[in-house]
Amino acid sequence: MSDKRLTFKKRLHILKHHYRGKKMAPAFNAFHTFLFAPNETTHSGSHVRVADDLKRAMNTVIMALIPVLLFSFFNTGYQHYSAINGFPQAFSIWDHFLTWENFWLGFKLVMPLVVVSYGVGLLIEFIFAVIKGHEVEEGYLVTGMLVPLIVPVDTPLWMLAVAVVFGVVIGKEVFGGTGMNILNPALTIRAFLFFAYPTWMSGDKVWVHGAVERTGTPDAISGETILGYLAQNGSYEYSLSDMFFGFIPGSVGETSTFLILLGGLFLIFSKIASWRIMVSAVIGSLVMGLIFNGVVDAGWISTGSKFYGLMSFEFWQHLLVGGLAFGIVYMATDPVTGAQTNRGKWIYGFLIGFISVMIRVFNPAYPEGVFLAILLMNVFAPTIDHYVVRGNVRRRMKRLKHATILPKDTEQAEVPKVETV
Amino acid sequence: MSKDIRIKKGLNINLVGAAEHTTSKAALSNVYAINLLDFHGLTPKMLVKEGAEIKAGEPIFYNKNNENMLFVAPVSGELIEIVRGARRKILTIKILADKSQEFITHDKLDPATASSDAIRSFLLKSGCWPFIRQRPYDLIADPETTPKAIFISGYVTAPLAADLNYSLKGKEEFLQAAITALGKLTPGKIHISIGKSGDSPLQGLNGIELHKVSGPHPAGLVGTQINKIDPINKGELVWTISPQDLVILGETMLSGKFNAERTVALVGASVKEPKYYTTKIGAEVATFLYASGVNTDNFRVINGDVLTGSTVKPDGYLGFYNTTVTAIPEGDDYEFFGWNKPIFNKISNTRALTFSWLQPKKKYNLTTNTNGEHRAFVITGHYEEVFPMDIYPLQLLKACMVKDLDEMEQLGLYEVIPEDFALTEFVCISKQPHQQIIREGLDLLHKEIG
Repeated sequence: MSDKRLTFKKRLHILKHHYRGKKMAPAFNAFHTFLFAPNETTHSGSHVRVADDLKRAMNTVIMALIPVLLFSFFNTGYQHYSAINGFPQAFSIWDHFLTWENFWLGFKLVMPLVVVSYGVGLLIEFIFAVIKGHEVEEGYLVTGMLVPLIVPVDTPLWMLAVAVVFGVVIGKEVFGGTGMNILNPALTIRAFLFFAYPTWMSGDKVWVHGAVERTGTPDAISGETILGYLAQNGSYEYSLSDMFFGFIPGSVGETSTFLILLGGLFLIFSKIASWRIMVSAVIGSLVMGLIFNGVVDAGWISTGSKFYGLMSFEFWQHLLVGGLAFGIVYMATDPVTGAQTNRGKWIYGFLIGFISVMIRVFNPAYPEGVFLAILLMNVFAPTIDHYVVRGNVRRRMKRLKHATILPKDTEQAEVPKVETV
Repeated sequence: MSKDIRIKKGLNINLVGAAEHTTSKAALSNVYAINLLDFHGLTPKMLVKEGAEIKAGEPIFYNKNNENMLFVAPVSGELIEIVRGARRKILTIKILADKSQEFITHDKLDPATASSDAIRSFLLKSGCWPFIRQRPYDLIADPETTPKAIFISGYVTAPLAADLNYSLKGKEEFLQAAITALGKLTPGKIHISIGKSGDSPLQGLNGIELHKVSGPHPAGLVGTQINKIDPINKGELVWTISPQDLVILGETMLSGKFNAERTVALVGASVKEPKYYTTKIGAEVATFLYASGVNTDNFRVINGDVLTGSTVKPDGYLGFYNTTVTAIPEGDDYEFFGWNKPIFNKISNTRALTFSWLQPKKKYNLTTNTNGEHRAFVITGHYEEVFPMDIYPLQLLKACMVKDLDEMEQLGLYEVIPEDFALTEFVCISKQPHQQIIREGLDLLHKEIG
């Protein structure tokens, strides 16, 4: 800092002092700390601290989402053109999927969703930070990226904006902002869309771009998901590798189980997301899938049953279709709304997987259940933690029975007295 | 008999600037000072006035709640200043040292034959009592109580802290005297923990229960060891004392003179020649800091280790309990895109583009920068990885923050003191002040329940 020149760093430092104590300080600091890690030093307790901060943690999650986002650009285009022109006979990634045409269409459709999600959400965060005079916390960085990835591609932008306002204000800010919310804000936004505008969020048209507006015309195309086919006991023409790599219709970013798996491994490796929740959620969904397969094998339901298609679906394939994998990796692991004790995380994750598949099979209106399952478990997470922590408290209480409580009097102190409480 | 304790959860913070095993005599300090902030929760009552001539070992103030508990001068000289803060609270008492030192002498005490009452009153009047600390609440032990056991940790895991195997060498006689005396103050045992490897002067002592400890920090903290050996229950009381203070206790009993001398490790990246110095409690830090030299202008001096010490100016004074003085660079500078670029030169317990996991043995030069701003608790599961006690750290912190007395009790606040939360504070991504939260929780619990 001995350099006399007015560097960019110093200019910002002067500006920071200029804004100190003013209304707009949180807004300025949000930009300032985005460019430069602050010059804050420790004042109490430990004099040194780890390298990580919340921005880095959030950024790690976003990095794990980038491949999914890029894939969604291509897949949006690919699904649209394939629905119109028919799926290619000899599918080749380079010739049919990773094309400029696919990318451009997807980019044009998905980027506005990203921009609206971030723009509206961050605006609300800034407004609340300025009103309440606290720093802009980083929670929305991940939410803003998740939201465009879990909605159908043709979701009108105004609808998304309304939902984001609802989700951020009601889902998060009224509870006190980042770290205080009970429900995952991204899923609150998704749930709001689902219940407020069901025709745009479900059915057999919304999952491929252009399917809705072509309905009723000679050029009509289908936009049905695999789960949709199964729910109608229909058949579909997607191979297992299509499902795994994600060349299937669905919400913008949920289709590629392969990239989600890579993202999940990255999050586990970087220790940002809980491997316990991910593993137990996978186990939970497999168990529920096995139970349904068992019911079918035992012949308890006939092929005519409206649940037959989904119940007879191979149990492990549930993980490849719909939003299950995406939900498990990126949303169930939200540390604020999930269980916070290690044992609680096992229970919480397991129930998410279990209930997701259950809702998926039994939901008559909409064959998908991950977001409802996670929201439900968000509500129960504190209860799970409560009982886990009670276990620790009970151990301490038990110990208390053998406590050596000595009287506060020096003369009697020679004789130890064991008190039973 | 020795029992082994193996700690798995934790984190060793390897820093540059460990002290070499050589000891120099520090230059004599002109002024010595007692910092009252070292005694949390104490209300002092002065016994002498400004300008009075006092001898080494002469009482200068006492505890308002127990007038037998005397605090004595480390050196002889003139009491030149009583520094007061808001509401005339006494902060520091400064003594201008004489050229030749005069001591107050007490009758010698043979700990083997003395009664427990005699030991108690000797420790109180000689000024040794404040070295004994109690849990719960992390205060000076109340002389009217009897602890269920006494715990002493001879295993050092705190970053750069003084190596007891080195600094206690040759002091076995004093240690044994102190142990014999303390043994009469409790019907329970005296638990001493030493490192599994290494040659500790503590291991040959009589009248103790020896435990061999291994594992990363906080395995060396006495709180961790208590939790593994004999955890504190509600209503119970244990005492702790650091081995260096045992030496003063023992020597005072055997010689009758309060000898405030101790061996201090001067460490840290900002120190040119980190090594050991013999000096006295309350000596000016500058008397030995500049003897070793500093290699930067912008540094912070810490009374204690980097995790639990308190900031002191270079012309400040050595604390009452400290055996380590650390100097590390200040981190009051911005870092361009510090939140997303890969980090190789700082410690992290994640792998989010932070690469300290590649070289677990590497020594780091950490600054005092917080590496981020204060945030609400968000990420979970990281504290548990470095917290070996059978306690839920996040839940206990939250109970303290919302001042829920029942929860604080049930979740085990009686078992911890702030230093036990230093490592969770270090790894906290939300940069929450854990030690302060625990301190405030303990104070509240003490006030409400007592």
